[in-house]
Amino acid sequence: MTELASPALILLAAALLVALTRGHWRNAVIFVAPLVTLWAIWQVPDGVAGTVRFLDYMIEPVEGSALRRLFATIFAIMVLTGGLFAFRQARWYELSAAFAYAAGAVGVCFAGDLITLFLFWELMALFSTVIVWCGGTRAARKAGIRYAIMHLLGGVILKVGIEGVVVHTGSVDIRPMLATNFDTWMILIGILINAAAPPLSAWLADAYPESSPTGSVFLSAFTTKTAVIALIMLFPGEPVLIAVGLYMVMYGIIYALLENDARRILAYSIVNQVGFMVCAVGIGTQMALNGAAAHAFAHIIYKALLFMSAGVVVYRTGKNKCTELGGLFRTMPLTTICGIIGALSISSFPLTSGFTTKALISQAAVDQGLAAVYFLLTAASAGVFLHAGIKFPWFVFFQKDSGMRPKDAPWNMAAAMVFFSVLCIVIGVFPEALYRFLPYPVNYHAYTAGKVLFYLQLLLFSGLAFFVMLPWLKRTPTISLDVDWIYRRLFPAITAWICDAVADPLARIGRRIQYMCEATLSRIYRHHGPEGVLARTWPTGSMVMWVAILLACYLVLYYV
Amino acid sequence: MNQPARDDHWLTRPASIQQIWRVFYAVLALTVLAQLLTEIKGYFDIDGWFGFAGGFGFLSCAAMVLVAKALGVLLKQPDNYYDD
Repeated sequence: MTELASPALILLAAALLVALTRGHWRNAVIFVAPLVTLWAIWQVPDGVAGTVRFLDYMIEPVEGSALRRLFATIFAIMVLTGGLFAFRQARWYELSAAFAYAAGAVGVCFAGDLITLFLFWELMALFSTVIVWCGGTRAARKAGIRYAIMHLLGGVILKVGIEGVVVHTGSVDIRPMLATNFDTWMILIGILINAAAPPLSAWLADAYPESSPTGSVFLSAFTTKTAVIALIMLFPGEPVLIAVGLYMVMYGIIYALLENDARRILAYSIVNQVGFMVCAVGIGTQMALNGAAAHAFAHIIYKALLFMSAGVVVYRTGKNKCTELGGLFRTMPLTTICGIIGALSISSFPLTSGFTTKALISQAAVDQGLAAVYFLLTAASAGVFLHAGIKFPWFVFFQKDSGMRPKDAPWNMAAAMVFFSVLCIVIGVFPEALYRFLPYPVNYHAYTAGKVLFYLQLLLFSGLAFFVMLPWLKRTPTISLDVDWIYRRLFPAITAWICDAVADPLARIGRRIQYMCEATLSRIYRHHGPEGVLARTWPTGSMVMWVAILLACYLVLYYV
Repeated sequence: MNQPARDDHWLTRPASIQQIWRVFYAVLALTVLAQLLTEIKGYFDIDGWFGFAGGFGFLSCAAMVLVAKALGVLLKQPDNYYDD
């Protein structure tokens, strides 16, 4: 029976325990549960561990493979380090929600069938919404509702697709497919909504920066990367994903360049990085899928690291906006250094994790002879350095002197950042340590003199472009409109217009109905009211008189 | 509490900034000149050209900044745009 228990259940139980315990017991749960989960993840053998019959379906709650274990491992490491980062500052319900959210992500990794996948998928949607709400502000509440609506919509579309596949093929198995009919398109769209693919990318940059400084660290890791593993399992080699990925890559850069909110810059760069992975899944070769998996692994670490450094800044200063920040390197040296390591990693600088993982994706494009894709990804790598590699640390920690002299990170936040910084460099210096856990054998050497030189040139000249064009990149206290304008402004405006248009005729009809009702009532009152003809009491005498008249009439008629 | 302290951090002194720029230019030049010693194996011919990566990086970034700037005219709104 234990082979049917997904490692996700450990995190789910931990979520409950975090809510029920206090003090040292809760801290113990926060640190022990992810470690036990990690152990359980590595006990899952390859293949389906067991099946259960539910209604008429064969449910496979646990199915193992190198890919599934890799993603589950990084999710468990993430919840462990996120727990370390947050356990002294976050509220208990945020931590509890984070564990349940992570349970959803691990559950999806090991789901052997579409029904299990869907259940854990919705678990993620539910508890990630709670984390957005934990931001505690009015803006967070509203963003959380928009986030929930978007994910419930994605869930419904995914469910429609799953139902279709089950009805038409009779199988709930997770196996590679292509978007060739309505059912598979629905599944693909449902997953892509979670990946923040166009046109519905706006939910991510809308919701994540509204969460608490600790909440955004958890949010950055799970939803989009779970979508990536779902794409790898279900749609490897789906050509449309190449175009979708390239769009996401460019969208992330352009919006991040326009953005003023520090955490929103990072949110856009999630879309950008997931774009690299989606594009790799679209290429679909073993090298590309290895690249997508490795890049997701490295990305979770450096993106969480970046959100941690931004989180510390928000926690210490209470400010999000680049226009209000700057010069923090003086009193926050550790946060600055960790932020820079994260920024260099996301920019795939040599000796950092991004360099050794993104290179696999570029190599996959080269191997398939996709010159346009290769050059666009290379340009995007330069753009990543521009928007995340330099822009984020520059505007937050350097730039002008904001006058603020906040303290550096509390010890637990500092420890989490240092741990992830070390991981970024270890994966960058010893890529084989990660390569050996990838789903397919890797025969690739990231470090040749030519490749290192190429990337150094590319990135350093991008840096030059940043500083040369700095006056054009000056931050303004603005936001950039996105597709969410349609449901935040256009739809409410249309609704208001319709209400206005029909309000007048409706009011006239209402008045008419009211008049008719009143007229009817007063007529009834006239006849049946206390003074009414039909309600009057008649004296006995009048009755006798009428009887006498009737009898007289009768006599007259009788004689006639 | 958050009064600016006397700002004499070495990173903010004009002389240091000038020096950093000089070092940066030297490193940029070195990365290009190193191509004389180390061959960059281009996958699609042109990416092996002398100084290609540097030029490509600079120009793509310039293009992205320009596109962002142009789109900004259409898309940028005050940050209280959605506030009720």
